[in-house]
Amino acid sequence: MTDPIANRLGSLPSRSAPPYNQPSTANLADILERVLDKGIVIAGDIQINLLDIELLTIKLRLLIASVDKAKEMGIDWWEHDPSLSSRARRTPSLDDARGTSSLEEENRRLREQIETLRADAALAPAEEPEAGAAPSPARPKRSTTRARPTRGDP
Amino acid sequence: MTAGSLVYVYAVAREPAATLVTMAGTLTGVAGSPVHLVLRSPALAAVVSPVPERDFHETALRRHLEDLGWLEALARAHHGVIEAFSTHATVLPLRLATVYRDDDRVRAVLHDRQGLFLDRLGRLDGHVELGVKIYVDRGSDTPSEPAPPAASSSDPPLGPGRSYLRHRRAEQDSRNDAERAAERAAERIEATARAHAVERARHRIQEGELATAPGVNVSNDAYLVPAAHADAFRAEALRSTDGLTGVRVDVTGPWAPYSFAGLPEPDPPGSAP
Repeated sequence: MTDPIANRLGSLPSRSAPPYNQPSTANLADILERVLDKGIVIAGDIQINLLDIELLTIKLRLLIASVDKAKEMGIDWWEHDPSLSSRARRTPSLDDARGTSSLEEENRRLREQIETLRADAALAPAEEPEAGAAPSPARPKRSTTRARPTRGDP
Repeated sequence: MTAGSLVYVYAVAREPAATLVTMAGTLTGVAGSPVHLVLRSPALAAVVSPVPERDFHETALRRHLEDLGWLEALARAHHGVIEAFSTHATVLPLRLATVYRDDDRVRAVLHDRQGLFLDRLGRLDGHVELGVKIYVDRGSDTPSEPAPPAASSSDPPLGPGRSYLRHRRAEQDSRNDAERAAERAAERIEATARAHAVERARHRIQEGELATAPGVNVSNDAYLVPAAHADAFRAEALRSTDGLTGVRVDVTGPWAPYSFAGLPEPDPPGSAP
């Protein structure tokens, strides 16, 4: 792993400093764990807090914890971004939430349709018992006639 | 500040002693640039260094941070500077990649947040962070994998099915034993923490790409310990696995108090008054 890093260093020759008191065994996971997730966030001029979001794309569960921390500090804009949060769908206020609000619209229409279908169906079952009343007298007999077990019950 | 460069802030410290000022002059930070202090008289100083704007403006940073190699270099540089200062003074580490336009903006933040910074620094004064990780050694059951053939040769009556089941049983037993041992170790560490530590932070269990240590990490805590107690705490934590098999304790640090620099934890259950 050291080689690719050394190659990438180009603009970032970071570790020319001597090993301080720092334990040489400090592994990357420990450092990232502390450096990323902890410490105080002061909202820098540059929206560095994006860092918290972008880390979601790094497939390391270790790093995702920083989102909680940022939220604690009141940085939560990703909650309104539908591509990052499912909760944003409930508040279709932004322009980019149009896609989800149209989904919502469709949902509502479908729900209405179901309601009307159900209202229609509410009449049908009222008739059904009478239609099904014919076979029901045969039922006591059925317990003895095992030849017709597939007949559906109402 | 020249055009095209931003100010990267590592940490905040109390108004520095002369040693800190000279120390800043000797350090190299992120992007290989020299570290200096931004002072906010009379109380606070920020440890900063210039960074190239082309790498640290918003979009570039987003792109870079997905590159684990770049992230590692940045994190190590960040950590190096904070570590160096924390050996001489109480510092409040800021989160990775806190970047301002120029020194004046940093000064303004020091001014605005002075109360917050001083409060945190006071809480961390004279304390260090120690990391304690407990590993269950799954390695102990892998070597037993090739054992069945040997066992069956010494025990001829065992059929392949029986020997497989026996092997599975042994495996499960050793796993259960290891988990019990880990619990026992955790209890002992908790007792140690009650004696020495003032605060605890729970970290996520390390797994995946970055977890390079052998065994399975089952607990990953950080403790805020008075500097005078650090050695005793470390020794006792390491002793917590005495007489236990299949479990290993790893103590890291002393660290700058990264895990305790943020807002106070709402429920520090392991903390002692």
